[in-house]
Amino acid sequence: MNGMKKKAAARLAANVRMDILTEVYSANSGHPGGSLSIADVLAYLYKYVLRVDPNHPDDPDRDRFVLSKGHTAPALYAILAECGFFSKAELKGFRNINSFLQGHPDMKHTPGCDMTSGSLGLGLSAAAGMALGAKHQGKDFRVYAVCGDGELDEGQIWEAAMFSAHYKLDNLCVFVDWNGLQIDGRIVDVMNSTPIDEKFKAFGWNVQVIDGHDFDQIDDAVNNALETKGKPSVIIMKTVKGKGVSFMENQVSWHGAAPNEEQYNQGMSELREALDKVLDSTLDR
Amino acid sequence: MGEKKATREAYGEALAEFGAVYDKLVVLDADLAGATKTATFKKAFPDRHFDCGIAEGNMVSVAAGLSTTGLIPFASSFAMFLAGRAFEQIRNSIGYPHLNVKLGATHGGITVGEDGATHQCLEDFSVMRTIPGMTVICPADATEARAAVKAAIEYVGPVYLRFGRAATPVLFDRDKYKFELGKGVVMADGSDVTIVANGFMVAIALEARELLKNDGIDAAVINIHTIKPLDVELIRGYAAKTGAIVTAEEHNVIGGLGSAVCEAVCGKTPVPVLRVGVQDEFGRSGKVAPLLEYYGLTAANIAENCKAAIALKK
Repeated sequence: MNGMKKKAAARLAANVRMDILTEVYSANSGHPGGSLSIADVLAYLYKYVLRVDPNHPDDPDRDRFVLSKGHTAPALYAILAECGFFSKAELKGFRNINSFLQGHPDMKHTPGCDMTSGSLGLGLSAAAGMALGAKHQGKDFRVYAVCGDGELDEGQIWEAAMFSAHYKLDNLCVFVDWNGLQIDGRIVDVMNSTPIDEKFKAFGWNVQVIDGHDFDQIDDAVNNALETKGKPSVIIMKTVKGKGVSFMENQVSWHGAAPNEEQYNQGMSELREALDKVLDSTLDR
Repeated sequence: MGEKKATREAYGEALAEFGAVYDKLVVLDADLAGATKTATFKKAFPDRHFDCGIAEGNMVSVAAGLSTTGLIPFASSFAMFLAGRAFEQIRNSIGYPHLNVKLGATHGGITVGEDGATHQCLEDFSVMRTIPGMTVICPADATEARAAVKAAIEYVGPVYLRFGRAATPVLFDRDKYKFELGKGVVMADGSDVTIVANGFMVAIALEARELLKNDGIDAAVINIHTIKPLDVELIRGYAAKTGAIVTAEEHNVIGGLGSAVCEAVCGKTPVPVLRVGVQDEFGRSGKVAPLLEYYGLTAANIAENCKAAIALKK
């Protein structure tokens, strides 16, 4: 991945992180930790991979994106707003009574949202259904989904894993946000879903484990998935929950809590600094 | 009309028949294709039938995803494992986004028979009709089942269809019968009491009407194939006209057709409503006839309830 592309993705991700913080702060409610951990992969996907058009969000031939870990809706809304599916001003209405930005993704009312989600475990099956629908109708669109590592506790994830391999859904690429934390604590303590890679391998998937904050690794893994035929791909991303906001990083208490004014200002200033660093970098030179 | 046929048989045949007309129609099953009769469709269109294995939750959410690509999926299993096991998937993957998925639930009610309580779903009307925007249908015979499948294909939105395992009399002439979603069918007019029934109980309600005739009682019989949206107007009209109602359903008396009828009449046309059905119990193993007897799903019991309802009239 060349420096210019990397810089543009990093810039978008930094903006997405600021949007996430603003949404959760404005609502005084929401899930910042797991939203911040997927900002990089969403920026990469929407900038370079997904064939979607904000002017035609319902194009039947578009690529699909399913946020199976629906509680991290702030990240989805941020990237959709940054890509022009709706105005960034809408983000401040997140979780508000008059807003179309529900606490969890609502495909009926949010432009660019391809699947309603929030109840964990359901999104991966829906993504598999979309991928099967594409194959059945001879369409070449691809389906991308993001699951949480805690979400892997759900039995339906493994039903969907079996189904996707059985029907050879090589147009399906799933990311697991392996930030290591779920609401009640570390996943290895609450319900140990590891080894995640071996499980998906045993279910017949193409498995890759990467650093979910490294654009080169994301790029390589997505290309590998694109080239893999006959089986679905899973990209297990080692990530940092709360990535980019120092006091939120790796802190389970920030799974579903909103910052106060002081914390918001501090977080925003850290994220702005990170953005300035990206803008000043010589990646593109 | 001496012919008898299970509505699940008609379901499988209708899928195959209309599959030839609607090329977007696809069928999902959870390792029960032989019993749900989707195997009939599979035989005709093997590449449009997807077995999901014994994983109903996944099947329902997969159907949701399929529908977003323009296909019309029918997802099938026993009522217990669709409305029961996969309730939350139906609510959140299909109901909430109001997706165009059809749920073909067979083996509803106690007439499942020998398999017993774990497989006899007596709660599906109740839980399905509490989902906003869900259409809930239970056809009375094979003709109506075929017509309901066609109507479900043509309607855009989620539909739950309940079919039965056991053979039931064919009541309607296939060439003449017109099915309208949400509209009750007056099977017989009457002036003293109205029997409101659905599914397997419609034929039995008609027998009850004959028994009542011997006692000089003139009972109307209404077939409510669509429990939701309910034909409130028709039910209120008959409440006003006959002054008493008895409901009959192969379901718990809590939450099903009887409850829906009570909800319809209580505000505007309050009349006595007695509910024949399973009285808040689980099912049990047995052959169909003794099961119907055991739970009081008989013409004699409906007739008794009609007399009691008439006695309650002011």
